Amino acid sequence: MSRPALPALNIADLQSLLRRREVSPREVLDALQARIEDIDPKVEAYLSIDFEAAAREAEKVDVDLPLGGVPIAIKDIINVAGQPCTCASKILRNYRAPYDATVIRKLRAAGAIPFGKTNMDEFAMGSSTENSSVKLTRNPWDLSRVPGGSSGGSAAAVAADAAFGGLGTDTGGSIRQPAALSGIVGVKPTYGRVSRFGVVAFASSLDQVGPLTKTVRDAALIMTAIAGYDPQDSTSLNEPVADYVAMLNGNGNLKGVRLGLPKEYMVEGIDPQVKAAVDAAVKQLQSLGAEIIDVSLPHTDYGIAVYYFLATAEASANLARFDGVRYGHRAENPKDLLDHYGRTREEGFGAEVKRRIILGTYVLSSGYYDAYYLRAQKVRELIRQDFAKAFEKVDAIVSPTSPVPAFKLGERTADPLQMYLADIFTNTGNLAGICGISLPCGFAKIDNGVGGSRATKTGRPERVGELGGKSINVQLPIGLQLLGKALDEARILQIAHAYEQSTDWHKARPPLAKIEN
Amino acid sequence: MADPSDLDVAYVAKLARLNLTGEETRLFQKQLSDVLKYAAKLREVDVSRVEAAAHAIPVFNVFREDEPRDWFTAEQALSNAPRKANNLFIVTKVVE
Repeated sequence: MSRPALPALNIADLQSLLRRREVSPREVLDALQARIEDIDPKVEAYLSIDFEAAAREAEKVDVDLPLGGVPIAIKDIINVAGQPCTCASKILRNYRAPYDATVIRKLRAAGAIPFGKTNMDEFAMGSSTENSSVKLTRNPWDLSRVPGGSSGGSAAAVAADAAFGGLGTDTGGSIRQPAALSGIVGVKPTYGRVSRFGVVAFASSLDQVGPLTKTVRDAALIMTAIAGYDPQDSTSLNEPVADYVAMLNGNGNLKGVRLGLPKEYMVEGIDPQVKAAVDAAVKQLQSLGAEIIDVSLPHTDYGIAVYYFLATAEASANLARFDGVRYGHRAENPKDLLDHYGRTREEGFGAEVKRRIILGTYVLSSGYYDAYYLRAQKVRELIRQDFAKAFEKVDAIVSPTSPVPAFKLGERTADPLQMYLADIFTNTGNLAGICGISLPCGFAKIDNGVGGSRATKTGRPERVGELGGKSINVQLPIGLQLLGKALDEARILQIAHAYEQSTDWHKARPPLAKIEN
Repeated sequence: MADPSDLDVAYVAKLARLNLTGEETRLFQKQLSDVLKYAAKLREVDVSRVEAAAHAIPVFNVFREDEPRDWFTAEQALSNAPRKANNLFIVTKVVE
């Protein structure tokens, strides 16, 4: 066989084969199923898969549609009719979605087949997927490390060639950060660009659905399918949607493009290899014709604090619906209504969700609202104004996606604040409501005895484990983030595409994921 | 501004209708006090002339036509109910 095995293909290449009738949607699905059965016991990206329903769709799908016959992995926070939707939480363990989210309806209309649900931090609260109540998902580049989060299942599945593409949600970086840590592309659309109808709400003023893919072109394909106004989401924007794929076509020249480099993003704590890779990417963008301009986002340092007040406040209100009445877990034999609520939620929620409900309830409680919630909303406005001022001078802003490459499983779970700091470059984009993308821009070479850049407690190198290969040295992907103006997805996709096509980073596959022809 | 030491996790848990074990209460008290201490940096910011943000792209007065359309049947709405009977949710007793 001269072409690569089917699961190794990106969506665009898969589609060419489907449209030329060289493979059938059923053959694609069967090849993907074999790949998942082979690789997912190691990566553990999926929570549930319905191949039977997918096979029925594959029989009748029109392969000439924009995503015709392409199986897509869906984060388990998005409702797919008839499939479980657990948010990786015990409280929704037996929940089955009675309807399709708007993004799923749109994916189906474009011919895609949503076949399986992926692991995540419980209710999307986390940056490592370790807050799943079900299982740990592992980074395909090194199985002793996290894939990032909260959309870590979709990211790991795509990186391991166990999905052609996936959907995630991004509230503070939950698409871009796992994309960066897993070596793939992830897009956080402008707030309101993609409908949230049918997506379980975490922080309603920040949440957006977006794609996780192997290439920028694939991200543009999915964006074109899912973006647009939805009367069932009153926060969705009634603005025309571009054909993001058609807009990628160009000569790869970035002449006339102005890129901002925020001085506040070169902070202490950035891994030196991440900094070096991003510096090199900036030079590469410059060599493609882009003009690099220094910009300032002076309120960057307050982003995490603002984010954790606002996101937890909104979460505490949104998660009030999990009361054991209409759906989800209910405690046995409650003695009264307070006991019913208190124990249902105690038994159903995991530690991080409880922690955030407490913080969110506190910042909204009488006597503290002005000091915490209202002040945070005002600083959020200053963060938004920072970006607005910067975008007067530049077309997009360049930064690392994450200050560090993938960290070890268990390394940060004991210290919530450390975990929160993983979102330092991403969450201001959610607060400002703008769009962003992460794409591969290099690798950190790590002696696995040294987690991140820190020594392990024992000082001894830990074995990667038999599944990660024999070598102690690992390569961990680094992500480049581009932030764009509200509704300027086309621009950041164009810039990302030009950069991607001038480099080979996106062609690298994790050692684990190599498929024998 | 409120002081991080004001946080009483046990009291807030009652407000949130969320039972916590004694150990969880102690652990969250410590961890969330750390988060509040970190977030105290927001006090440095002069917000006296700032209006609170609502959304990045403001959208006002979103209405739709009041037209009937198909949605869940009672059976579908009850499909995930922890307890149900006679096409109704069975709930914990509220009144004596």
